[in-house]
Amino acid sequence: MLKLKEQTYDAIRRHGEETYPHECCGVLLGCSVDGVNAVEDAIRAGNTRTDSAHNRYHIAPQELIKIQRLGRERGLDIVGFYHSHPDHPARWSQTDFAEAHWLGCSYVITAVEKGVAQQTNSFHLSGSTEEDKALMDEPIAVEQQSDSLHHPAGMQVERCR
Amino acid sequence: MNIHIPTPLRVYSDKQDTVRVNATTVGEALDALTAKHPELKKHLYSDEGKLRSFVNVYLNDEDIRYLPEKESTKVSEKDALSIIPSIAGGS
Repeated sequence: MLKLKEQTYDAIRRHGEETYPHECCGVLLGCSVDGVNAVEDAIRAGNTRTDSAHNRYHIAPQELIKIQRLGRERGLDIVGFYHSHPDHPARWSQTDFAEAHWLGCSYVITAVEKGVAQQTNSFHLSGSTEEDKALMDEPIAVEQQSDSLHHPAGMQVERCR
Repeated sequence: MNIHIPTPLRVYSDKQDTVRVNATTVGEALDALTAKHPELKKHLYSDEGKLRSFVNVYLNDEDIRYLPEKESTKVSEKDALSIIPSIAGGS
């Protein structure tokens, strides 16, 4: 399961609208506990695939290293990634599958139709090797703002370590 | 020197996000890492012993594939290696 706050969920979807008709991409920082990837923050990343940004994305490794460092400083891990599919369903493609290498992480896809965010789905990269990996449908739990007020501890993640 | 391990590979590094090794070159550091945590080897290298194409290894902010001396590049205690699988895809 993927858990994230409403404001993070909205920010991911808004990012896809802002970059339309190009794909957006970013990194999810949080903690992974008992099969649940609990997101504390979504960090925007640049799409280096300027040659085909309408249907491809790639995050520069240097940027990933910086985000991983940021996570370390905050006691958080990389628990997933997100990107958008402009005018295309929120389902993983063969390209998404072939390029998915972070086993145990969540891959979030938002369909953006004519500039407006539609469905957002999450897929968990299961398996223990490249040979047996699989992208599995994963439920998304969005924490509403009011939940935080009633349950201050709520789904808030502080630090993994 | 420190070697930073990405989330998916920590299951093979006793859940450590950073592994400390003694080494004088990049190659020695990677060898020391896989000697300490042998299970990491098959996830980092192909059967031919080359780094898997989607596995990036950075010495500080430089991709070791593009360093003039590659794995023979000298390192010091203050340097850090980051292992970072690639992220890409699209519709």
